[in-house]
Order: sequence, then structure tokens, then C-alpha cells
Amino acid sequence: MNTPATLPAGNPLVRVRNLRIGFRLDRHTVFDAVKGISFDIPCNSTVALVGESGSGKSVTSLAILGLLPPENTLVDPGSEILYAGRNLATLPRNELVALRGSEISMIFQEPMTSLNPVFTVGFQIEEVLKLHRDMTGNQARKRAIEVLAEVGIPEPERRIDYFPSQMSGGQQQRVMIAMAIACEPKLLIADEPTTALDVTIQKQILDLIAALQKKHQMSVLFITHDLAVVGEIADHVIVMRNGEIREEGPAAQVFAAPRDTYTQALLQCRPSLDRRPMRLPVIDDFMDGQALNAADLPERTRGVRPEDPVVLSVRNLGKSFYAREGLFGSREFKAVRNVSFDLRRGKTLGLVGESGSGKTTVGMTLMRLHEATTGQALFEGKDILAMTPRQFMPYKRRIQIIFQNPYASLNPRFIVGQILTEPMEIHGIGASAQERADLAFELLDKVGLPEVSFYKYPHEFSGGQRQRIAIARCLTLKPDILICDESVSALDVSVQAQVLNLLQDLQQEFGLSYIFISHDLAVVKYIADEVMVMNQGEIVEIANSDAIYRHPREPYTQRLLASIPRGFRPAGARA
Amino acid sequence: MSSAPDVIAARPAARTAPLRREIPHTVSPGLWTLAWRRLRRDRLAMVSLAIVAAFIVLMILSGLGAVAKDWAQEVGVNYAPPSFMGPDAVPEAPSGQPRVDVSDAAAVAAPADDTGVVDPIGDVIAALKGSGPAAGATSSGAASDAPGFVDPLADVMKEIEGARRPPAAAGDAAKSVDPLADVMKDIEAGKGKAAAADTRRATLPFGADKWGRDVIAKTIKGSETSIFVGLAAAFVATLIGTVLGALAGYYGRWVDDALNWFYSIFSSIPYLLLILAVAAVLQHKGTMTIVLILGLTGWTGVFRLIRAEYLKHKSREYVQAADAIGASNARRMFKHIFPNISHVVLVQLSILVVAFIKSEVILSFLGFGVPVDVVSWGSMLNEAQNELLLGKWWQLAAAGGTMAVLVTAFSLFTDALRDALDPKLKGGKGH
Repeated sequence: MNTPATLPAGNPLVRVRNLRIGFRLDRHTVFDAVKGISFDIPCNSTVALVGESGSGKSVTSLAILGLLPPENTLVDPGSEILYAGRNLATLPRNELVALRGSEISMIFQEPMTSLNPVFTVGFQIEEVLKLHRDMTGNQARKRAIEVLAEVGIPEPERRIDYFPSQMSGGQQQRVMIAMAIACEPKLLIADEPTTALDVTIQKQILDLIAALQKKHQMSVLFITHDLAVVGEIADHVIVMRNGEIREEGPAAQVFAAPRDTYTQALLQCRPSLDRRPMRLPVIDDFMDGQALNAADLPERTRGVRPEDPVVLSVRNLGKSFYAREGLFGSREFKAVRNVSFDLRRGKTLGLVGESGSGKTTVGMTLMRLHEATTGQALFEGKDILAMTPRQFMPYKRRIQIIFQNPYASLNPRFIVGQILTEPMEIHGIGASAQERADLAFELLDKVGLPEVSFYKYPHEFSGGQRQRIAIARCLTLKPDILICDESVSALDVSVQAQVLNLLQDLQQEFGLSYIFISHDLAVVKYIADEVMVMNQGEIVEIANSDAIYRHPREPYTQRLLASIPRGFRPAGARA
Repeated sequence: MSSAPDVIAARPAARTAPLRREIPHTVSPGLWTLAWRRLRRDRLAMVSLAIVAAFIVLMILSGLGAVAKDWAQEVGVNYAPPSFMGPDAVPEAPSGQPRVDVSDAAAVAAPADDTGVVDPIGDVIAALKGSGPAAGATSSGAASDAPGFVDPLADVMKEIEGARRPPAAAGDAAKSVDPLADVMKDIEAGKGKAAAADTRRATLPFGADKWGRDVIAKTIKGSETSIFVGLAAAFVATLIGTVLGALAGYYGRWVDDALNWFYSIFSSIPYLLLILAVAAVLQHKGTMTIVLILGLTGWTGVFRLIRAEYLKHKSREYVQAADAIGASNARRMFKHIFPNISHVVLVQLSILVVAFIKSEVILSFLGFGVPVDVVSWGSMLNEAQNELLLGKWWQLAAAGGTMAVLVTAFSLFTDALRDALDPKLKGGKGH
């Protein structure tokens, strides 16, 4: 629309100075999301903005595009976001709109919700081109096919007429990227573009973004909470916390010799594939200055031996779902097929696989939240899958589950005290309300929450604290088996470390057996004694965790392990 | 290896017992407290809430008989104008004068046929009605000088009709009027004589209706009926809709199918026909009948909404978590899910109250509503449509005005309530 931005060589593409953003919560309180940060995005490079939730990283990226909700956002008048000589922070809306999608474009976290489900992907890409490049229908379609081919969509001529729902999650994210690069932007903002994707797809997308960055000589602002992902592609790393920049520098320096304690903590608290310390260091340790280097911590040995007692024995477990088809017909979909394994007392069985592998279904079926189609699950010699609901009731409390999303798994209308005492009430644990309350207080203490939590609602807690409440709820029933269904996946890395430490402590204290379901292979490697790899409803491989990570036998396992982001590797090794 | 149960049970409970009392705590504000705080900050909401509350207080007082108890007494002359307008021009013949106007105006405005026949019978019946309560409830006959005003009326009318009508029709009308008038005369004469003849006032604060009843008292009584019908019917409809919606949404499968069939059948019948059908089945005309009719026909919208909410919530993780700890179906449905959708129910209830107040008015206006011896805004408006032709606007203004105020206030309050309960609806917070 305007004259293309001409940049003097050597000047950064975007210069952010003293950016200060607040949100008006109500009439009197303003929450400072970004507290006066300054950084540069150089031309033709990838800058990673790393931070945990609430660090202000997404707010910063949205501010560059002017996408913050105007009704409650307060951008400090002294803030500058200089792009091609213009201050984006004060630019009129219509000029910003002209920039969006053409010179600066964005990819979001959830491709499923970022694409409009009622239009074909071709239509959505063409729309961008028609808007910003004044292309005619035919030209736009040609260009759309071109970019689809560029982002690696097979048969782009045919796929261009697909609706988003006809594509897989990885392909949808590719379409989002195609849309973003269709107008050859100078800056691509990627907000957690791989967080919702499986590890193998994540690798493909990261490779694609890196390749496109080189090819089009554009700059990429990559926003993520995961330092390991950053190591794969970033030139420059900016670490944010609570709206402030803690550290910035070239990727090599940040990863090899982090100066800031917070950066050090972030790097250390994520379980690595090489070592298994007794406890994971947590951010607070570092902030208190009493952290031990992970390398100095004693290692924990994991693994099962044949003589360990079996607590749950699953044989030929199968689960089919039936989709209605036509008036009377139904189509069978086998989510889980022929799954057999033994869970040993006091041990952890890791269950890994990509989405759709049936790992969650296994957990749900054992809890009888879904009814199994075939198979047995022998618990103390009795098949819990064949019991009537009444017979199952006493066993129900022995097997408990911790769900993925601590924001969704606690009833928002109950105070924590109710949440904790209700299961005891149902199962008749504790003679009186007072006794149950006492037990609840004790468990709060055990999971590291203050006693006043008893009287609070779930929304007053952070994600990690809520997951502790969920764990405490399970413990009220004194279970033997705890199923952790992606229980730490939604948490920030530092909180994840705390929860993993808590789970290990509880296992030691109570001799609990865990079925640990996760797509995060590093976490599973850390916590599991035995690992079961699943793909498309079937077991691929099951072995002791050290064995499987060192010597994967099956090609699928090998491929999965190869996709794990390894953190920073020198530029030479990456290319 | 000691199992988990032993370890936890072995912990000393005594140590923690006193702890509970020591903890200083404030119970955190729940949804309702927070909603109330938001609502209180909304000035418009508070004003409308005050209006609605005032109406409800009025309804209760009127229902208990504290106000407007004697609404049916004919305290003023018929069509007594509001005080601020002053009495009618011809004080000596307060009743005769307007009557001539009636037939004149009617004759001019409408086909003679209709008005001629309807008017006298309507009058007579109305007079009967008016005297009924007066006769039963109060010995001091407010309708004391009824004969005085009925007679000249009938005369005038007969004259007019005789003059304008084909003989057959006139004869007919005369015949039908005559016996009734006689009966009435007997009744009125029986108790009227003793009482003072001049207790009826020429003007009333906001005028009088056709029979000289105070419009303000009548409006209060009418408000009582209309608001009660609105509230009670909304409650019935919401209850039915919520319970059926919860069952359909929670259990799904055949329960859902069956209830959906039921719902479809219900909603496929035209609304008014359904009301007539229910009215015919109930075989009884009364306020409770209207409540039942509206309640039984109005639950469908609530049903769809609550069903959808239950569908959504039953797959939420917190409900699965409740399943995992062994909560029964009923517990999950009402203890876990219901508090999470109760705000939807409340907003629906609020919307339905407004809708049903209007429905009651429409039904009564059309004559399907409350029985004739009960006054409601709808029946007042029905009466007012004839009066308006005479320029007697006060009953219309009173009923229409109060209804408009209440309905507007209630609607505004409903909107504010919805915003307060679900602040996300009002513009995203963004993060």
C-alpha cells in the first residue's frame, strides 16, 4: 500500500524501546504486563522470546501487530516500536492493518482455531493476497498453490480446495504458515507455533520455519516457553519474566553460559535425556541462591526387575468407538487394540505416543471412565473391567487419575475444602466431617499448599498449585495406582519440575504405582521405570526406560526419539 | 511394603484438629458474591433492580390485602377523570352525559350493528359484576345509586336504538336487555337505598373506569396478577425446562432422543392453539390456570439451552474427575454441574418473567387470559380499547405505563445480570 520499507543496512528491522503495557482490570487496578522493555530484531535472523506464562512475551508480540484489545489496554505513550521509521505503537489503526499480513504476519498456537472452518484453505490464503497484493482471482490461486507447495503440502493443486477439518494438525499449521508467508513478509511472528503439535510434527514445523527464514531472508520472532525448542532455531534469545527482560544475547552464549540465575534455572529444571537427578532443581532454589547444579545431584536409578510384585495386570485390552453412520449404521473405530502390560508396585510405567495413539484411552478404560470393549485388567486377582458398577465401587478409589488441565479438572464452584472432602464423603472415609477436614488439611500440607487454601476457590491458584490440589484430591482416597494423564504437560517448566518432584516424593512415601501418560519423552524418561510406546492403538515397544532410550528397537521409537528437541546445538551441527 | 492407606491413616489426626480453628481465614467470594459486586457497581442495574423490587413488594402487599384491597368498590362516578383534570363539565348529570357520548361516538365510529348490540349487554353484565363484589363484601353500598344511573342510561339507549336500528334488531336488543335490567334493579334497590347517595366522587387521583373504580387501585391489583403470573409461570417453565434439559443433556442416548421428540412435538404446535388446548384440558379459568398454561408451553427454550449446557459440561474434566472419585449420576448432575450452569438458569428465568408478563397481557387482552372477575394489565388494556374512543385515556395510561416501566426495568436488569454473571461476554479481557 505504502512505499516498501527501505532499511539502511545494519539497522535492525524492528527496534523496541521502553515498551510498557498495562491492562485495566477494573476501574482502579491496572496490571502491568510489560514493564518497559527494549530489544532489537535484526534483519534476516531469528529472535526467540522465551518465558513462562505471565512473562509478557505474547503481549509483546501482539503489541507489535497492534492486536491488543483496545478497550482495556494501556500502552505507555513513551513506548516505541520502530519499524521502517514508523512507530507502530502510535500508528493509526488503518495503517497498521495495511502492514498486517503483508509486511508483518503472524502464526498462532492453535491452527485448528486460527483457521476459519467454513472456508477452504485456498480461499483463506487467496484472501490475504487479494487484500494486500491486489491480485485477481486466478493470480491469487496460482500463488496460493505455490506457497502451499513451499510449505510442504503434498498435492497442493488438490489440497487447496480442502477445508481445514480435512487436514491434520500439522498440515493445518503448515497452511497457517503458508498464509503468513504468502505476501513475503519482512517479519514473521510465531507465537508458540509448535506447542499444540506432536513431537515429530514439531520438528518438521521447526525445520520448515528455519528453511523459510533463510530462503526469504526474513526475520522471525519466535515466542515459546520451551528453551529446548529455541535451541533448534534461534540466533538470538531474549528471556523474559514478569514483564521484564532477564537476559538477552546470542543463542550460543545464553545456552552455554547463562548469566542470569533465572535463565540458569530454566535450563536446569527441565529434565534432560542424559541424566536423572534425584530431584529436579526448581526456580526458587536458584532464586534463593542455593541451587545445586543438576550435574552434581545424585542420580536416581529407575527400572523394573522381574521379581517386583505386579499390582495391575492388563491383558488384551481393546476399546472401540462407534461413529453413527446413516440412519442405523455405525462405523467402528478401534482406539486401542490388544494392549497387555504389567504395572509393578511402587513403579512408574510411562506411556508415550503421538496424539491419536490411544494412550489416553488406555487410562480412561482402566478407570472405567470408558468401558472397555475387550480384555481384562486384573487387580488383586480380580478383573475390574468385568465388574458391575456396584462391585467396582470399592475398587474405584484404589485407582485414581490426575488430568491434564488443572484449570478444567477442578469444579470452579467448589472451595478446595469441598473438593478434598467430597471423595472421602462418597467413600465413607473418615468418621465425621471434622475428621475429613483434618485429613484434608494434612494432605494440603503434604502437597505443599498453605492451610488457608482450604477456604479458597480453584481460580485463586496458579496452574501448578491447582495440579497439587488435584493430586491431593486423589490422595484422599488412598489409592494404589495413580494414572497421570499428561498431568504436567500444561504446566510451565519450573512448575513442572515441582510437580514431578512431588510425584516422586509421594511415590516413595506411599509406594504408589503410576501410569504416566505423556507426549513429552524427556519427562517420561525422567520419571518412568518402564516405558510403553504406542502408535495407532497398539503397543510398539515396551521396555525399561533406560534401555528404550539408549537402544530403541523399533523404527517408530527411533523416529520418535530423534524428534526430541535437544536444546542448543552449534550452528554447524544444525544445518 | 506398607500401602498408602496405612500410611495416611497412621498420621495423628489429633495434631491437626486444633489447627483448623486456629487458621485465620476469609472464605473467598464465590460466583454469586462476585456477580453481586459487579452488579452493584452498575448504576443502571441497581435502578432497575430497585424498580423491580418495588413492584414485587407491591405485589406481595396487594396479595396480602394491605393495599388496593377495595379495588372493586366503585368509589367514583363512572369515568371520573383524574383529579388534575378537574371534574367533568356537567356535574348535575354526571352519568347521563357520557352515556349519550358513548352511543354517539360508537355510532359514528363503528358500524351501528356491532356497537349497538354489544354495548348494552356489556354494560348490564358489567354492572352486574360491579355490584356482585359490592353486594358480597361490603354492606355500605358503594353502588347505592346505581338505579339512578342505570335507568336513564337504558332509556337513552333504547331511544337511540329505536331510532337507528331496524325494528327486528332493536326488539331483540330490548328483549335481552330488559330482564337483566330488572334483575339488576332488584339487586341494587335491595341494598342501595340505605347507603348515602353521594359517596361517589367526581374525580379520583388518576381517574376511574367505566364503573367508577379507582384506576390506581385497579392498576395495583392488575400488577399483582400480572407479576404473579409472570413470576410463577417463569418458575414453572424454568423448572420443567431445566430438569428435562439436564436429563437429556446428561444422559444423552435414548433419553435425549425421547425428550427431543417430546420437545419437537411441543414446539411444532402453534403457540396460541397449544394454549387453547391446555386451557380446554384444564377446564377451569383462573389465575393458576394461566400460570400452568404459560409454564407448560414456555419451557422449550430453557430446555434447549440447558440441554446444550449439560452436553458441554458432562464431558468437562471436572465432571470426569467427579466420576473418578465415584460420584453418582445424580450427584454429578446436580451437585457438580448445576452450580456451574445456575447462572444460565437464572438469566433464563429472568428473561422468561418478562416474556410471560407480556404473554399474560396478550392472552388477557384477547380474552383467553384471567377470568373476568380478576383484573390484570391485559384485561385493563382490553377495557381501555373501548374507552379510548371516548377520550378516557387514563386506564390505558395507567396499565400501559406501569407495564412498560416494569418490563423495561426487568429487561435492563436481566441484561445487567447476564453481564455480571458472565463478565467475559462484555468485551474480552485479552492477555
